[in-house]
Amino acid sequence: MLDWIQSHQQIIYIVLLMIFLGIEVIGRVPSVLHTPLMSGANAIHGVVIIGAIIVMGKAESDNYPALILGFLAVILGALNVAGGFVVTDRMLEMFKQKKTK
Amino acid sequence: MGQSLLTFIYIIASVTFILGLKMLSNPVTARRGNLIAAGGMILAIFGTIFLYQPDNGQALHNHIWIFGGLAIGTILGWVAAKKVKMTAMPEMVSLFNGMGGACAALISLIEFNHLTHGYTGQPEFYSGIQGGMLAIIFLGLIIGSISFAGSVVAWGKLNGRVKDFVFKGQHLVNILFLALIIILVVYVLTVRPESTYVLFYLVLILALLYGLLFVMPIGGADMPVVISLLNSFTGVAAASGGFLYDNKAMLTGGILVGAAGTLLTILMCKAMNRSILNVLIGSFGGGSTAVAAKTAPGAKTVKEINVADLAVSLNYSKSVVIVPGYGLAVAQAQKTTKELEDLLEANGVEVRYAIHPVAGRMPGHMNVLLAEANVEYPKLIDLEEANELLAHADVVLVLGANDVVNPAAKDDPSSPIYGMPVLEVWNAKMVVVVKRSMSSGYAGIDNPLFYHAKAKMLFGDAKKVLQDLVSEVKAL
Repeated sequence: MLDWIQSHQQIIYIVLLMIFLGIEVIGRVPSVLHTPLMSGANAIHGVVIIGAIIVMGKAESDNYPALILGFLAVILGALNVAGGFVVTDRMLEMFKQKKTK
Repeated sequence: MGQSLLTFIYIIASVTFILGLKMLSNPVTARRGNLIAAGGMILAIFGTIFLYQPDNGQALHNHIWIFGGLAIGTILGWVAAKKVKMTAMPEMVSLFNGMGGACAALISLIEFNHLTHGYTGQPEFYSGIQGGMLAIIFLGLIIGSISFAGSVVAWGKLNGRVKDFVFKGQHLVNILFLALIIILVVYVLTVRPESTYVLFYLVLILALLYGLLFVMPIGGADMPVVISLLNSFTGVAAASGGFLYDNKAMLTGGILVGAAGTLLTILMCKAMNRSILNVLIGSFGGGSTAVAAKTAPGAKTVKEINVADLAVSLNYSKSVVIVPGYGLAVAQAQKTTKELEDLLEANGVEVRYAIHPVAGRMPGHMNVLLAEANVEYPKLIDLEEANELLAHADVVLVLGANDVVNPAAKDDPSSPIYGMPVLEVWNAKMVVVVKRSMSSGYAGIDNPLFYHAKAKMLFGDAKKVLQDLVSEVKAL
């Protein structure tokens, strides 16, 4: 257990710091922006697509289950990223119009 | 060279995610923040495709598949996001969230297949697999699957395709499922039985079922909480991928969203006076409330008001507060509301909007909706300030809101929403509730406000009523 902590200390530090950062960053959000914020956060966890790309790129070209599942994973990840950012932008577009007035 | 450039790209991407989230917390910078995070994401995606080197030293291949998948997903997501109506955005977010969860679960599935590829029946095979690796694969699989199944149910419920589904002892079944999943994972990790392969898929099925069962019975005002919670789940699932590949961008993005989403969920729970645990086990009082709702109507009478009278009252008051709710979103009446506001303001009436944190189907739903109609930001008043404002208001116009103005939350300890902060509209001089019928709100409970001495009902579709109101006020 302690060995595991020793060998993964970098990652553990990142996780701990990110938890606090995530809480700090969100803590100051006015309730007006909750929906766009949730939507923006939703797009950011679309970063999972990087994993899908890696898994797809590593798959042997005759390993069909991996290829098909990986392909599906890339599609779903891209859906999450593209859809997430576009929906958020559409929500925020309306806030902007109002500000320029 | 390529590898260190990729590291640099991931650092930039991580910074854009943090910066993006921070900028999203301010209305002035929000849009730019979203674009910055999107830019970081694109950088990270292309950096991975061209620069990533797996442990075996070979560059990634299958580029056709990768680009094909990216293109299909991007086009589908883009078109869906562009075409979706403002009112349907919450369920869209839920659906996209589910896609992310499914993506994380699929990654775990494939990695598990990689691990078990060479298995031909030798008993020591599974004990040779690194425990940490296997644990993380399980984590991604379970959380991703729960998030996927739950988000799809939430999506279906919000657009009315899936009905609430409750059966006796559901809490117990849910807890049992969760316990079973945990026991199985611990068993596999410690014992490494020969049946590891089968148990892995059993855990997948159980996690999917748990996702379904856990969202299925949740109705009422809890839906936004659930979506927020599932959003943070997917964040954690994405972070587990970061562990798997020692990928700091995935780790940062995932944990950031996981932490932020959890806090948002807690804030929302607090606003509704419910505990996370309560939501997780999946319980919104169905049985006991239905009885209360049945006995109440008929026993009391409601007073109605017509459009012409209301137009006069509105026009000759000093201060009008509009309380928007989901009904406004359904009727697509936000622009007409703004029109009415402009007319009244031109006649010297002060018009404000009282926004309950959970009005609509998602926190901030009403803000987004009213922003679409160009209602000015300072006119949207938060719960606490709104309650002060409401005490001095001449007329309160409740447009398609119900549970968030229910006085039972304040004075009826037997009510399931007792203790939830509500907009105290009954403190105003007069309350007019525009509603299609006497039916109860999303929480499925009766609203004593409708029988309140100061309250008058105006039945009809919000948009139609508002259009009539606008022409009546114009005619005055």
